[in-house]
Amino acid sequence: MLNLTTQQSLFILQGAGWTILLSLIGFVGGSLLGLPLALGLTAKSMATRLATGFGINVVQGIPLPILMFAVYFGAGLAGFDPPTLAAAALAMTAYSAAFLAEIWKGCIRAVPRLQWEAADCLALTSLDTLRLVILPQAVRIATPPTIGFFVQIVKNTSYAVVLAFMELTYSARIVNNNSNEPFVVFTIAGALYFLICFPLSKLSRRLERSFGKTREAAK
Amino acid sequence: MAGELDFGFLSDYWPAIAWGVVWTFVMTVASLIPGAAFGVLCALARVYGSPTIARIAAVYVEVIRNTPSLIQAFWLFFGLASLGLRLSPFMAAVLALSINFAAYVGEIIRAGLEATPHGEIEAADCLGLSPLQRITAIELPQAIERVFPALVGQSILMMLSTSIMYQISAEELTGVAWYIQSFTFRSFEIYMIVAALYIGMTGLMRAALSSVGLLVFTRYRRLRTPL
Amino acid sequence: MTDPIVKFEDVHKRFGTLEVLKGISLSVEEGKVVALLGRSGSGKSTALRCVNGLEKIASGSLTVCGRELGKMNVDLRRLRQDVGIVFQSYNLFPHLTVAQNVMLAPIRVRKLSKSDAGKLAEHVLDRVGLSDKLSCYPEQLSGGQQQRVAIARSLAMQPRVLLLDEVTSALDPELTGEVLRVIESLARERMTMILVTHEMGFARKVADQIVFMHQGRVWETGDRSLLANPQTQELTQFVESDL
Repeated sequence: MLNLTTQQSLFILQGAGWTILLSLIGFVGGSLLGLPLALGLTAKSMATRLATGFGINVVQGIPLPILMFAVYFGAGLAGFDPPTLAAAALAMTAYSAAFLAEIWKGCIRAVPRLQWEAADCLALTSLDTLRLVILPQAVRIATPPTIGFFVQIVKNTSYAVVLAFMELTYSARIVNNNSNEPFVVFTIAGALYFLICFPLSKLSRRLERSFGKTREAAK
Repeated sequence: MAGELDFGFLSDYWPAIAWGVVWTFVMTVASLIPGAAFGVLCALARVYGSPTIARIAAVYVEVIRNTPSLIQAFWLFFGLASLGLRLSPFMAAVLALSINFAAYVGEIIRAGLEATPHGEIEAADCLGLSPLQRITAIELPQAIERVFPALVGQSILMMLSTSIMYQISAEELTGVAWYIQSFTFRSFEIYMIVAALYIGMTGLMRAALSSVGLLVFTRYRRLRTPL
Repeated sequence: MTDPIVKFEDVHKRFGTLEVLKGISLSVEEGKVVALLGRSGSGKSTALRCVNGLEKIASGSLTVCGRELGKMNVDLRRLRQDVGIVFQSYNLFPHLTVAQNVMLAPIRVRKLSKSDAGKLAEHVLDRVGLSDKLSCYPEQLSGGQQQRVAIARSLAMQPRVLLLDEVTSALDPELTGEVLRVIESLARERMTMILVTHEMGFARKVADQIVFMHQGRVWETGDRSLLANPQTQELTQFVESDL
């Protein structure tokens, strides 16, 4: 690529690979943690809702780089020496869970109240109502914004540079340090991020539109 | 090597931390204002612009929203310098944050503009208002009102993302924390304190922007409808 | 005799392949009230919307306040200062108070000073009986009150012709009276009005001329007595269906 050696180019591509891996871990972890949090936000008990909301607000009020540092050095203080990937992944998980929980709360709420009542009339237990009636509909509503948020996750893995984790942004910095071609290097890094993110953004919008249409038609 | 928490360094370093808070605030405000203005222009370009102008605005929004702000900052700070345009770290940070904020604000306000009821547009036209008068008096104020909570949320996200700008050595709170921990080695403690400060600033900013909303959108204040 | 203030001559209008106005001719004299009646789809609303340029005519000629609307270079903004319109759905600006709704166009378009526009707003709102609601927001008012504000907003531009497009159709029956009374008082003050309405009794009461439209044509026209002795089967059916 332009003035870069093959080795340097490969190094950047490898960084892109780590970015994708970190994004996927953050997303999966965030989903596993985010779903119970979303249920907590929509729970019947007010105490549960408030407690969940408080925790989410705390995480959302901390910048991701600080979250990464806190996880990394916190583990150090507790006597662990975590690999940077693990610390970054844990921070990404907490961050993703907080935002996904809020997104999904909206989606669960968007399932019409009547559906709950109809399920009640069928004498389903509340767990069955959730599992068989509400969640399948909520998942459909949630798909476009969740994919949209995945784009945010991918972009925000760039904050793992603060831990010197070898993802795309950090790799680009290193290549820049020994090639001294910042314009080329960061343009390429930006283009790689764009290649990962843009198709997802587009997919998210397309799903949203087609979903909007079926909803219109159902009226 | 499980350690104990030690906040003793605070007595020496609290002025530096306060300095960091001030600079985070300055950087946020310096990016917020031009970013919001440019975002409004972006939205107007996409909704009312000629096909070419709308297209240019759309490309801008897509490129910015699908690349990390840190890469944009590196590109502006290191990349442009290698081409001979040397920005100060603070300038590069503010520029990166503004163009980022603008792209998101543009999309949010565009959604607000597109929700204008057709009847109001017709009514404004029928009163003889020019398109520009109609947009400034009827469509834009209501669009901003409609999406104000989303704008507050986006502003807070922007404030939080100032924290990465120490990577191009712009002065702000996270940079100060990094500097302190390199002297004191009390990394976890300092980041705990800084995290608490950011949470406080987030709450403060939400309260401040919501008050601005209540001041500007008199209808909400009068009718006590929540923003 | 003076020229009519609105004059349709063989006006056609199409939406795609659907011809909604099939050559209508109609004159409105200054100071008169004309009621357009007809079933939905008869073209009456479309005809009304042509008068202030909301719909463009396909062929024929339409002259409004001395301007020929078929021509390319009609300044719609000037035209609309002479021709006010009130819609079925009021279309007030919800973020502005009643007074601000009324003052907006006089300040921006007629370039009145704020204090002059304020006096004007008080005056027109007094005419519609809402001088006590100046600082309310539209959502604080009933539908009938909102519609009266919409009428006041049009009057503040001191139009030469006022178009009323089914202004009571969205209102609960008990609220239509207050709006109809305002229109009646405007009629007494010799305001030129063209109104599309479903209220046949009201048309009979205020209209100087009644125009029955059917399938995109002026089917029958005449004075107030028209509805009492219809000449065509279509109008007979239309009158009977209202009973």
